[in-house]
Amino acid sequence: MDLKQRIAEVVETSNAEFMAQCYNLEGAPALGSMVKTKSKDYDIYAIVYSSSTHGIDPNRRIIARGQNAGSEADIYKANPQLSKLLSTDFRALIVGYNKDKAILQYLPPSPASIYAFVYPCDMNEVRDFTQSLNFLSLLTDARLSVSPDEVITAFLRYAGQSHPSPNDFLVKAGKEIAWLLSNDIRRLDSILKRLQK
Amino acid sequence: MSTDSDLEKRHLGKVISGSLAQGVHVKLDPVRSVEDIAVGRYIAISGQKKRFFGMITDVSLEAVDPRALIMPPDISDPFIAKVVSGTTTYGNISVLPMLTIGSDVAGTMEGPQPAKTVPSHFSEVEFASDEDVKTVFGAEDRQRFYIGNPLDMETKVCLNMEELVKRSNGVFGKSGTGKTFLTRLLLIGMLQKSRTTSLIFDMHNEYGWEGTSEKDHKVKGLKQLFPGKVAVFSLDEDYDKRRKVKSDFTVKIGYNEIEPEDIQLLKYILNLTEASVQAIYELAKEFGDDKWLESTFNLFESDSAVLIEKLKIHESTWRNLRRGLRMLQRFPFLVRRAPEDTVKKILDYISSGKSVVLQFGGYDDLTAYVLVANLLTRRIYNLYRERVDIATSADTKKPDQLVITIEEAHRFLNPDIAAQTTFGKIAREMRKYNVTMLVIDQRPSGIDEEVMSQIGTKITCLLDNEKDVDAVLTGVAGKSELKSVLSKLESKQQALIFGHALPMPVVVRVREYGSADSYKELGPLNSGESGKKDQLDDLWN
Repeated sequence: MDLKQRIAEVVETSNAEFMAQCYNLEGAPALGSMVKTKSKDYDIYAIVYSSSTHGIDPNRRIIARGQNAGSEADIYKANPQLSKLLSTDFRALIVGYNKDKAILQYLPPSPASIYAFVYPCDMNEVRDFTQSLNFLSLLTDARLSVSPDEVITAFLRYAGQSHPSPNDFLVKAGKEIAWLLSNDIRRLDSILKRLQK
Repeated sequence: MSTDSDLEKRHLGKVISGSLAQGVHVKLDPVRSVEDIAVGRYIAISGQKKRFFGMITDVSLEAVDPRALIMPPDISDPFIAKVVSGTTTYGNISVLPMLTIGSDVAGTMEGPQPAKTVPSHFSEVEFASDEDVKTVFGAEDRQRFYIGNPLDMETKVCLNMEELVKRSNGVFGKSGTGKTFLTRLLLIGMLQKSRTTSLIFDMHNEYGWEGTSEKDHKVKGLKQLFPGKVAVFSLDEDYDKRRKVKSDFTVKIGYNEIEPEDIQLLKYILNLTEASVQAIYELAKEFGDDKWLESTFNLFESDSAVLIEKLKIHESTWRNLRRGLRMLQRFPFLVRRAPEDTVKKILDYISSGKSVVLQFGGYDDLTAYVLVANLLTRRIYNLYRERVDIATSADTKKPDQLVITIEEAHRFLNPDIAAQTTFGKIAREMRKYNVTMLVIDQRPSGIDEEVMSQIGTKITCLLDNEKDVDAVLTGVAGKSELKSVLSKLESKQQALIFGHALPMPVVVRVREYGSADSYKELGPLNSGESGKKDQLDDLWN
């Protein structure tokens, strides 16, 4: 894997999700985008469901500094230490893994390794992964700190771009979700409305 | 052979529930729109061990969650409409399984059998292929006559004519739905593919010579297609002259041939009271069966007081009788003594293998039709019965099958009189004597139930009166399902055929009749190979 491509490092890990700290401040991948990381002997695929930027010392609150600055960039110029005192990290929900070149859409046997590098998935990988949509149940059933429906729709819109016909992909995915949410029409309706925009 | 893409085109969905009595429910594939499905179409279901054949009897809309119907998704958005179709909401079709074919060799050899079970859960369902239909109905051959195509299919549905004529059959349908066309085709089929002879009481002059189609162009009659096998008898010489056709025989009926029973049948048409009918029997007793009508007509002219006193006929009854019987006097074909015996003439033709079309010419009212048809049939029935009895006792060849075609059948076969008329008897028991009927009617509910139950094959065009539909479907398995098929037939050229001559009910688009091309296939088979073979067979017999 290309050294330049790596964007973050796993700093907290569990079977279902991991948290990664970004190398660049505010360098987290977009909500709903797909990233991959390593476990012992397989690649783990995950979908970004939240990201945050905060101070590295939990005892020190971030205070406003730009009252007299000309622009936001001036704040960093005047306080070059800031980029070292702040960090951006994101959380990603694991949706499958890659073993012996086969994509398996369920949770891996062991979590991602701590300090494992995290890479963004390219469009080819996203397309290959979304040939099957069995992983969607992991998303619809997940209990996240943000609305899982937001994550689902963001991911599907993003994944659609990797397919030759985004609309056909969205219809296929929509039908899969319609099955999964056949007992929750209100939720289905709100997802479908957000899928196509 | 069917290819994968064919299969994909025909694939409809999966069996999800159902029962043998009410039919199985099939959930449609999301790509299938309920709007492409038509009631009456043929379906093949691949069960685990057997292949089932059935017919679509109903189409319905379903939703996985009833809340979806209360808060319908926004289908004005084409994306949402696409997604919810087949998932949240889906189409459901009801299929009545009618036949099974075992998938092993023994099952295939046995041929289609009536379905005694249903396919298992989630069996794959598809539109029946042309081969399926051919397996069920057989291909056109020496006995099978091509009657039409199943809905939306090109395969031919063939009727085994030899099998068909063994029982009485019925053609039903509202006025203008194509009964006459169908009947004409059936008669052609009988002439072409069976050894049957027909006696056709042609009320509206449609079968012998040219008839007109609904589009007002002329279509050929039986005599034109089978000049050597059909004779046209006429009741009305003037009509023949007007149409510039020459009939083989002009029918005259003597007063002596009319019996009291014949008049009894006309009770309602002639508006006779029950007392009048009784008076007729009294008169027949007084004057004798063969002279009573002539004598009564004479009495009308002279003083009848003494006689009616003697026979204890009330004055008003006599007036009623006179008014009724005088209606018969205006028919020129009724004469004092007939120059030639019509019945003998008809039987001569029939014995020589020719079918007889009796045209009523200008006398196309019910009085003439009911009187003549009943009178002739009664005597033919007696003679035919005699012949069969003689043939049976002498162990010689029985006379060929005779099919008597009558229109307005409910006039002869209504519950009040079916027990007495000859037609009632033929429908009930004459199969044994090689005489069957082809009844044509637009009010099947008017036909006696017992007679209806004896009708072998029913061919019905559109019927929308509840009573008529019930009458036609009495005693048929899957009645309520067929009911919905029957009432949804198109008003032209479509017919539901079911009963003895077919392994399962079928809705057909009736084959074309009337174009130059169609006549090529509808003439006698003599020019073809099978015709030659028939003739050879005859030589050796």
